[in-house]
Amino acid sequence: MNARQYDVVVVGAGAAGGTVAQSLAPLVAQGKKVLVLEEGPRFRDEDFTGRELEMANEVFVDGGGFLTADGTMTLAFGRGYGGSTVVYTGTSLIAPARVIRDWAVPGLDHADIERRSRRYMGENNVHLLGDDEINDNNRLFVEGCARAGYHAEQFPLNVRGCKGSSLCNLGCPNAAKMGTHRVQLPNAERQGVEVVTRARVVRIGERRVEVEVAPRTAGGKGTDPEWAPGRYDVSARVVVLAAGAINSPALLLRSGLAGLPSRLGMGFTCHPAHILVAEHRQPITNDVGHPKSFFMDRAAEEGYVLETCMYFPFITAKNMTGFGVPHSTLMQAFPRLQMILVLACDKAVPDNRVTVDRDGKPVVHYRFTPEVIRSMVAATRASAKIFFAAGAVRVHAPSADPPLIEAQDAPRVDQLIDERHFQLGRISVSAAHLMGGCGMGSHQADSVTDAWGRVHGVPWLRVADASLFPNSVEINPYLTVMALADRAAEAVRSDFGSLA
Amino acid sequence: MGWRMESTVRYTWPAVSANLLAPVRPAFRALAEVFVPETAAASPATWDRLEAVVESALAGRPPAIRRQVILFIRVLNGLARLRTGRALTGLDLPRRTALLEGLSKAPVLLVRRGVWGLRTLVQMGYYTQPEVQAAIGYRATAAGWEARR
Repeated sequence: MNARQYDVVVVGAGAAGGTVAQSLAPLVAQGKKVLVLEEGPRFRDEDFTGRELEMANEVFVDGGGFLTADGTMTLAFGRGYGGSTVVYTGTSLIAPARVIRDWAVPGLDHADIERRSRRYMGENNVHLLGDDEINDNNRLFVEGCARAGYHAEQFPLNVRGCKGSSLCNLGCPNAAKMGTHRVQLPNAERQGVEVVTRARVVRIGERRVEVEVAPRTAGGKGTDPEWAPGRYDVSARVVVLAAGAINSPALLLRSGLAGLPSRLGMGFTCHPAHILVAEHRQPITNDVGHPKSFFMDRAAEEGYVLETCMYFPFITAKNMTGFGVPHSTLMQAFPRLQMILVLACDKAVPDNRVTVDRDGKPVVHYRFTPEVIRSMVAATRASAKIFFAAGAVRVHAPSADPPLIEAQDAPRVDQLIDERHFQLGRISVSAAHLMGGCGMGSHQADSVTDAWGRVHGVPWLRVADASLFPNSVEINPYLTVMALADRAAEAVRSDFGSLA
Repeated sequence: MGWRMESTVRYTWPAVSANLLAPVRPAFRALAEVFVPETAAASPATWDRLEAVVESALAGRPPAIRRQVILFIRVLNGLARLRTGRALTGLDLPRRTALLEGLSKAPVLLVRRGVWGLRTLVQMGYYTQPEVQAAIGYRATAAGWEARR
């Protein structure tokens, strides 16, 4: 066993870990040692080939197909230097004031979240794409929304030099996406923060972590690990968890630390999603250009958000209901397909939670509440209306039976798309906005941490990632993750003297 | 110090034979033709690639999942025999399709999930093949707009 000593150890190098690393980097100049441990590899620019299967297996946990306990939903979350910021589309929205107010976390106000979010928007070059960069898939969404009586809004994006490969979700092959792997982590490393990849934290103990560093697999992507493969006992004055909404609670649960709050792992939310597909008569530009440039927000009114999207052939096939000739015929129409992502703004309930199995692996328990099903069906109806208003000849709606709706039936979408057809196990549901499990609050009975990520009753242990969300954020979460991570890092800096 | 460096956490699974589908290959192919009709005319190379992807995906999953998938294929084959007197390979495509469509809407979640899982594995094996992606008109490249304008 190799022993190492640091002042701060950050577990995870995604949106949260990268933010914390950069925020704590000035401590290095004061003689402090800061270490970031990341389970996945450090990818090289040439690793991002855009090939669906090859990339999915490298950049996502379980190839993007991590299943919930009852097998009714797949969860996608990234692994590697930059975490999920490597594989998101860079959509950069500030958490709505309504949501932060409803979270009701003492010591957390919207103005603070907004101020920090805006700082990271500047750092990450967030801006709106020009008209000449918008493809037909997005343009048809805007036109369809307008004709159907909805209001589409443009996503601010964190890209620089985007070539419109449309491959964002497999890792940008042009290094254009300004995730933490491009901005915060390199900046932290330049200031002396150490980042060790292929380093899996097995367990956390009193001011220490047990780490296994794995070698680079033969033929695998990424660089060799920064430390020699083997087991390490790393001690630290502060341990900051930034491993995401599944792995942070799971790591704490399997570590068996005494005195952890009983709500650990509870309140998992994830914006359950459908990918909806519609066919047009003519080919459209869909697999070129930024895939997610517009959205339509009905979170406050009906509990859902619609976003433009464009996925790869297998993901598209998987997310359509059914099989056989109707399914295959739609796949053959790929150049004519328009897509919309439907996201339900689910609410935290105690039974939706993260636990660990006998091997210490995370298990996500998720039950679809009637409200979530209602929202997904309402969102599917709205999407169908938008598709048809944009000129689609047929729409694939998971919660219709049969799922294909022809244009002549457009006036009947409210009847054809119905909750009784939302049959789990038959329809595909996936999620990539994973939140909760170490929710913030005021005390042990209602939460895991305070508003600054301090774990109740364990002063040396902090949480900085999306697991802090006491409820879903109802928009794409990464800017809010960065804002909360920035707060957690600020608390570490201010508490540092008392943590010796 | 009361904490000892020892772990019971296990994340890796034992090595698995690459020939995982061998015991059920005819039934698997009969099912695959239902899920993706184009496979009925697929070349041996396409089948090989499809099955390699499925076996690789299964190899990365816990042993219990692997056993469940193989068992489920066997159960489907047995069910076909029970209902029609013929194994899956002896049924024409419409009858295989009808059987699976019925099961995909079964009242028992486990059955629906099983069909969904098998369907997804076959789709993974088929639609991730570069030749198939090109054939359906998928053209995304790193060059993005430069390659289209």
